[in-house]
Amino acid sequence: MRTVKVEEIIHNIKEMCIEANHYLTDDMQQALAHAVDTENSPLGKQILCQLRDNLHIASEDMIPICQDTGMAVLFIELGQDVHVEGGLLTDAVNEGVRQGYQEGFLRKSVVKDPIIRENTGDNTPAVIHYDIVEGDKIKITIAPKGFGSENMSRIFMLKPADGMEGVKDSILTAVRDAGPNACPPMVIGVGVGGTFEKCALLAKKALTRPVNERSDIPYIREMEEDLLNKINRTGIGPGGLGGTTTALAVNINTYPTHIAGLPVAVNICCHVNRHCVRVL
Amino acid sequence: MDRYITAPFDTETVKELHSGDYVYITGTVYTARDAAHKRMYEALEQNKELPFQMENNVIYYMGPSPAREGRPIGSAGPTTASRMDKYAPSLLDLGLKGMIGKGKRSDAVKQAIVRNGAVYFAAVGGAGALLSKSILRSEVIAYDDLGTEAIRKLEVKDFPVIVVIDAQGNNLYETAIETYKEI
Repeated sequence: MRTVKVEEIIHNIKEMCIEANHYLTDDMQQALAHAVDTENSPLGKQILCQLRDNLHIASEDMIPICQDTGMAVLFIELGQDVHVEGGLLTDAVNEGVRQGYQEGFLRKSVVKDPIIRENTGDNTPAVIHYDIVEGDKIKITIAPKGFGSENMSRIFMLKPADGMEGVKDSILTAVRDAGPNACPPMVIGVGVGGTFEKCALLAKKALTRPVNERSDIPYIREMEEDLLNKINRTGIGPGGLGGTTTALAVNINTYPTHIAGLPVAVNICCHVNRHCVRVL
Repeated sequence: MDRYITAPFDTETVKELHSGDYVYITGTVYTARDAAHKRMYEALEQNKELPFQMENNVIYYMGPSPAREGRPIGSAGPTTASRMDKYAPSLLDLGLKGMIGKGKRSDAVKQAIVRNGAVYFAAVGGAGALLSKSILRSEVIAYDDLGTEAIRKLEVKDFPVIVVIDAQGNNLYETAIETYKEI
């Protein structure tokens, strides 16, 4: 048994909220820089240059990359040989988010009740997904999610007979419907299989995979490449104002499913695909 | 075509703007997003005064992140405009001349734009740090309790936007995509 104090968790989550909202990971920066070179539309290129400059200003002047600093989504892989000391893990996570959004001058975008809609004032609660894993470490991934793109995400409960073509059509439909609303160039996280909620979770987690790494499963890798190619031929382009860069990557995660079902979730993210990972 | 214009707008300026123009706005614009629109709409239903006059003015659909010390505003990019579609036609009929946001608009909004000789601009979504550099001053003028959703009066200089729907009803989201569409 290894002991991890809640103070250490709070401190790290606070820093991670701030880091994720001011710096993109190297793979995202490289994908955007590459898009500037390959975009065919002059206006599209101009928009991509603005996005590149925006990242530079954000990190230099400590201004969040986007004003929508998101709802804090966390994936926590908790080693079963870890003992958390000093309080509840969930309370520690929310305290870290509270401090990070306050001290980092991040926007508080969470309302307490979905209908009454009173702002909680500190961006809590976070949405936390726990996994119990082997070992004595805690791996924390924080992925602040903006809602311009979240609102354009979809779930399709397909029939097994719809097969691979049905999955591809669903993804293309979601991307076409999202269009300019989701702040393209997008990153497309897809979950295929599992149950209604499992496929949504797979899709969300797929967004945290590096955009330059393809699936280990050969046919999924081909699907990811084919879909990216198709999406970039829809014409939507940067900002939805026409062009050849509509998405930077399609990341698909799969899971076993029921004999009667083929669930597909498409979680769309804008070009500000933020995440930050630490292992304690 | 690149244009430099001042806000509030006059009818002539708006008439000369065309879908696809790259425009730099200098002057005064007001922020309002979901919650502020809902309140303004309710005020109109009750025949109460709005926090600012719509006539010739521009609304920026934006809720900023908090400003660090010494700065007028935090990150300040556009939010999705379609969430304001329910409220926009009433404001356009009261003389609102411009809206800045991102994403598609409804047919009702497009018709109200044409009917009133107004314009819908897109600012680049997700470029909030860059766009904040074109905002010189920010002051909350109404609905302070709404936090980031309060109505702010902004002084902007060369704020970069693109004309999406012009006063003739041309829509760049529809026309530009056709140019690059292969499937």
